[in-house]
Amino acid sequence: MIAGQSMPIAKALNSALREAMRADEKVLLMGEDIGPLGGVFRITEGLHAEFGDRRVLDTPLAESGIIGTAIGLAMRGYRPVIEIQFDGFVYPGFDQIVSQLAKMRARHRGAVSMPVVIRIPYGGHIGAVEHHQESPESYFAHTAGLRVVSPSTANDAHWMLRQAIESDDPVIFLEPKAKYWTKGEVLDAPTAALHAAVVAREGTDVTLIGHGAMVHVLLQAAEIAAGEGTSCEVVDVRSLSPIDWAPLVASAQRTGRVVVAQEAPGHASVGSEIAATIAERAFYSLEAPVQRVSGFDTPFPPAQLEDVYLPDADRVLAAVDRALAH
Amino acid sequence: MTDAQPIRLLDEAGEAVVTAENEPWRAIADELSTDDRLAMHGEMLRTRRFDVEAGHLQRQGKLGLWVPSLGQEGAQVGAAWAARPQDTLFPSYREHLIALHRGVDMLQIIDIFRGAAHGGWSPTEVPGMRIYSLVIATHALHATGYAMGIGLDGASGTGDASADEAVMAFYGDGAASQGDASEGLVFAASYDAPIVFFVQNNKWAISVPSTRQSRFPLHERARGFGLAAAWVDGNDPLASFAVSRRMLDDARQGRPGYIEADTYRMGAHTTSDDPTRYRSRDEEEAWARRDPIARLAAHLRSLGVDDAALAEQEQRAADEAADMRRRALEATAAASDDIFDHVYAEPHPLVAEQKAALAAFEASFGSDA
Repeated sequence: MIAGQSMPIAKALNSALREAMRADEKVLLMGEDIGPLGGVFRITEGLHAEFGDRRVLDTPLAESGIIGTAIGLAMRGYRPVIEIQFDGFVYPGFDQIVSQLAKMRARHRGAVSMPVVIRIPYGGHIGAVEHHQESPESYFAHTAGLRVVSPSTANDAHWMLRQAIESDDPVIFLEPKAKYWTKGEVLDAPTAALHAAVVAREGTDVTLIGHGAMVHVLLQAAEIAAGEGTSCEVVDVRSLSPIDWAPLVASAQRTGRVVVAQEAPGHASVGSEIAATIAERAFYSLEAPVQRVSGFDTPFPPAQLEDVYLPDADRVLAAVDRALAH
Repeated sequence: MTDAQPIRLLDEAGEAVVTAENEPWRAIADELSTDDRLAMHGEMLRTRRFDVEAGHLQRQGKLGLWVPSLGQEGAQVGAAWAARPQDTLFPSYREHLIALHRGVDMLQIIDIFRGAAHGGWSPTEVPGMRIYSLVIATHALHATGYAMGIGLDGASGTGDASADEAVMAFYGDGAASQGDASEGLVFAASYDAPIVFFVQNNKWAISVPSTRQSRFPLHERARGFGLAAAWVDGNDPLASFAVSRRMLDDARQGRPGYIEADTYRMGAHTTSDDPTRYRSRDEEEAWARRDPIARLAAHLRSLGVDDAALAEQEQRAADEAADMRRRALEATAAASDDIFDHVYAEPHPLVAEQKAALAAFEASFGSDA
């Protein structure tokens, strides 16, 4: 068992897959290069050796084919866990996700379930070529029938993946790949439900809300702000669909000032939904408009410019200043 | 390189075609007794009458849309009879005979087109019969994945055709151009999946001819993917049966296959279509002379089946279509709970909240609303 160990997020994911496969023989893995290689990020390392070709399927190089056949396997009673190699490579499978996987249960009036997990390493800060650093979460959060989650810590990576695999609904599981090698303790049981938002750092003046790798930026910003006399609360959204509104709204009501940050472009984004809902539900507690900090509404730039594009602690702190100016 | 003729056991007049090449296929078709062939004819008639009546319902405003299968009953009845009870069939949206053969209620098909349900039936109600798929060729992948699952289960490949499972996926010449159709062939070949792709080349993808989809015979294309492939006269029910039976039995031993059935969409693509804009009356009349129902009827007469037996089938089909019509006119509307109740398997706060909000909104108008 892994209980109590400190490990990188990559290992926490690997152990979650291993334990899920040991616990349920219907769980199988599908993806490109996930067999003997262990995946390009080594998340499936050692699993092919332990479970073999019939549980770890190194598939042909075709994302629609992978997702479409996973749907068929789920119809047959399997619980496929798919690895999409990089965020920008999920789009060839987009129809199979949004029109097929997401709607299959409704199209069957509940007679068929789709326990399929699609793992997608996402986000920037790895200096990669184009299509390798994107944040596609809004497409999926907008799609009824899907669940969309993104852990930020090793413990969440491990337990949220276990919970996602146990879900009878399709789950888009977004892995903050820049944080794959960030270590954290993995506990012997989950500390929160799959779709719970949690307070990552308590504070009283401003609420900072984010998910995935952005949570680390928010924690850094909160630390800097604390040095300047501003107490920031950081809320890790964890689940982008559904969103656990109560902790977000409660924090907004406590602090009266909210900054929502994300790597994804801001237009029609998850951050926009959070800003709008907090405005609806915490209106009389707010001292300032909810501030959004996002990637720009442009294609993700060449790697030399990614630090300009991606919101960092300075851009978050500028938003904190705007919130405090009211 | 290209077969000169599709496999054929009955010519257009219903006369037996006897050649050295078709001997193996004749041997398989010989499994069908005269009673079986009469029953196949009955299913084709039943489907045709249902189809025509559904078209009338659409014209009368009772259905939003209807998708006729006129002319394709011969290809479908052969495939339906070839599939064994343990097989799983993944239709496109024009496989009315396949669905009815498997036990789908006519009204369940009507439910889709009167806007009462997306799926109509469920595979738990009608085992082995998956629901229609409207996004072209997407189900080719679902079928392939299902077949991969059969393989992983060890439910195929034992050598026992009466128990080993197989899958048949149905789509058309237009769908063959979709990436998902090709990816299905890639995965099926790669995993030796127990599946047969039954491709009804009905010559028209709405208004675009099959020559625009492929300059090369589709069955030859499938061979390039590593599948066994056959070209069959789809308006010959006996040939369709023989080829489907053989290829399904090969597939259940791990040799996936592909059948191109040469047939014709005698009707419009849907009731929203107007074929006079893109094809000639001459072409339609030429294919009308190859009507699969007339062909099998002529064959049955040559076997000594009398006109009374065929007339009785006509009457039964007409009665059943009339009954479908009566039930369709009496059918109730869908309930608004259906919008919310089947989206997720597990509780979902947003959907629950919206369902409650709609109920409260409706209740706000009071009981006379």
